[in-house]
Amino acid sequence: MRLRLVLSEAAQGLRRNVSMVISVILVTFISLTFVGTAMLLQMQISEMKGYWYDRAQVAVYMCTDVDTGGNCDSAEASAEQIDAVEAQLESPSLAPYIQRYEFETHEQAFANFQEQFSDSPLAAFTTADMLNESFRVNMVDPDQAEILIDNLQNFAGVQDVQDQRGYLDQIFSVLNSASYTAIGLAALMLVAAVLLIATTIRLSAFSRRRELGIMRLVGASNRFIQTPFILEGVFAALIGSVLAGASIVAIVHFFITGYLRTTLGATTTLVGMDEAIIVVPVLVVLGALLAAVSAGAAISRYLKV
Amino acid sequence: MIRFDAVTKSYAGNSRPALNSVSLEILKGEFVFLVGASGSGKSSFLRLVLKEEKPSKGQIHVLGHQLNTLPSRKVPYFRRNLGVVFQDFRLLPQKTVFDNVAFTLQVIGKSRGFIQEAVPDTLKMVGLSGKSGRFPHELSGGEQQRVAIARAIVNKPAIMLADEPTGNLDPATSAGIMGLLERINLGGTTVIMATHDVGIVDQMQRRVIELISGQVVRDEREGGYQTQSIPLPILPPFGNTGQFRLPGATS
Repeated sequence: MRLRLVLSEAAQGLRRNVSMVISVILVTFISLTFVGTAMLLQMQISEMKGYWYDRAQVAVYMCTDVDTGGNCDSAEASAEQIDAVEAQLESPSLAPYIQRYEFETHEQAFANFQEQFSDSPLAAFTTADMLNESFRVNMVDPDQAEILIDNLQNFAGVQDVQDQRGYLDQIFSVLNSASYTAIGLAALMLVAAVLLIATTIRLSAFSRRRELGIMRLVGASNRFIQTPFILEGVFAALIGSVLAGASIVAIVHFFITGYLRTTLGATTTLVGMDEAIIVVPVLVVLGALLAAVSAGAAISRYLKV
Repeated sequence: MIRFDAVTKSYAGNSRPALNSVSLEILKGEFVFLVGASGSGKSSFLRLVLKEEKPSKGQIHVLGHQLNTLPSRKVPYFRRNLGVVFQDFRLLPQKTVFDNVAFTLQVIGKSRGFIQEAVPDTLKMVGLSGKSGRFPHELSGGEQQRVAIARAIVNKPAIMLADEPTGNLDPATSAGIMGLLERINLGGTTVIMATHDVGIVDQMQRRVIELISGQVVRDEREGGYQTQSIPLPILPPFGNTGQFRLPGATS
């Protein structure tokens, strides 16, 4: 009986402010979509980190006869120098940190280069001699790459020692700043959504002030008076957050799984439906919670006795 | 039933208190007229009984509750024991007569069965049994006030507060309303009525409490409207200018 009355009051309020309710739906929809996108980006970053940090190697580049940087003096690294580096890698001081390593000759480097840059005119001008021979080292713990760099940097015939994670960090920082932008936009939109919900509820309360006055006069409990308004806000926000959830699922399905995965192929891992299924409930709960809190705060002014 | 102990009520921005150290007691089953010029504190008195306002000083006891210490979450339950009627009826225009009266019971959570039984009974008592399907704008002023009274008494309150219930009605209609209030009073409900209507007060011969400038200047059993102040429009004593206030001020 009372439940039905509360629901009919809420439905009446929704009907009376259709335009405001639609704007609440749209604003929560957009803001929560940003929140969801930011969450997906963060998940993507941590997924890529997990994937790439395991595969990232430390490269020890040996001199070629055109190099002048590092410890090079326009002379090809000699076999002794290469052996000395290899001996150092095998030595007790470095071996515990190294999972495995392999040596890449000019020919192997050239083959890889041809494969990677087959589309580029650069490939035509490059000869095997120009490419460095190198040791490709997989660390037991990729965070300890510094040890290898410090240790081998000053060896004769070593041009450079590079932690390949340095390249990845750039990618991650781009993705990170994209996700922070999304979070910033989401926060702004959420503020707008909260204020809009509060305004809508206040408007709704104002249009029902006669009923509210009589309810208070005859002794309706505060909970009874405020529940329809809170339901009104939560209902509008729920529609918005369900739409946001649907758009997150659509983004994952059509853009990530449908487009990115086929375009990028197997070069990296991507977030998928498993992550979307975590994001959607978070969005729905967040939307409902924000609406309940802001509607409750907006209506409390009408409950003072 | 209702006791005021040295109650003073001041509103912010007004140095003269609306009620000034008022002490009085109203017993169960009494019918009390509250008379006085506009701004004399009648409405403030009623609002204090309803706990719509807090007194600035003094203690108010209503129905065994000490209102100063009544927590606000209990105020709604306290108000279920009071029925209120206003000069402007305050009906809900989009609800029928039946629904206006039933609304009171719905919002305090009475069952459908109880409502189906209590509302027609109450409408019959106020003389509107054939008009339960009408809307307020289809009724005369007197009939609208009867709806408002039905709404106030449908929950069988111990106290009924009426703020100039006949203020918008012609004398004949007013007499009908007064007859209704008298019957409600005979049923055991304490009735407190603020009014300007000289004829009604003189005719009823009930307890009269007269306020001037927020002070009780007269409290007599079976009194008339006759006041101690000099008749209008000359200013009453105490330098009171309250009666020339615009409506909506502290009346």
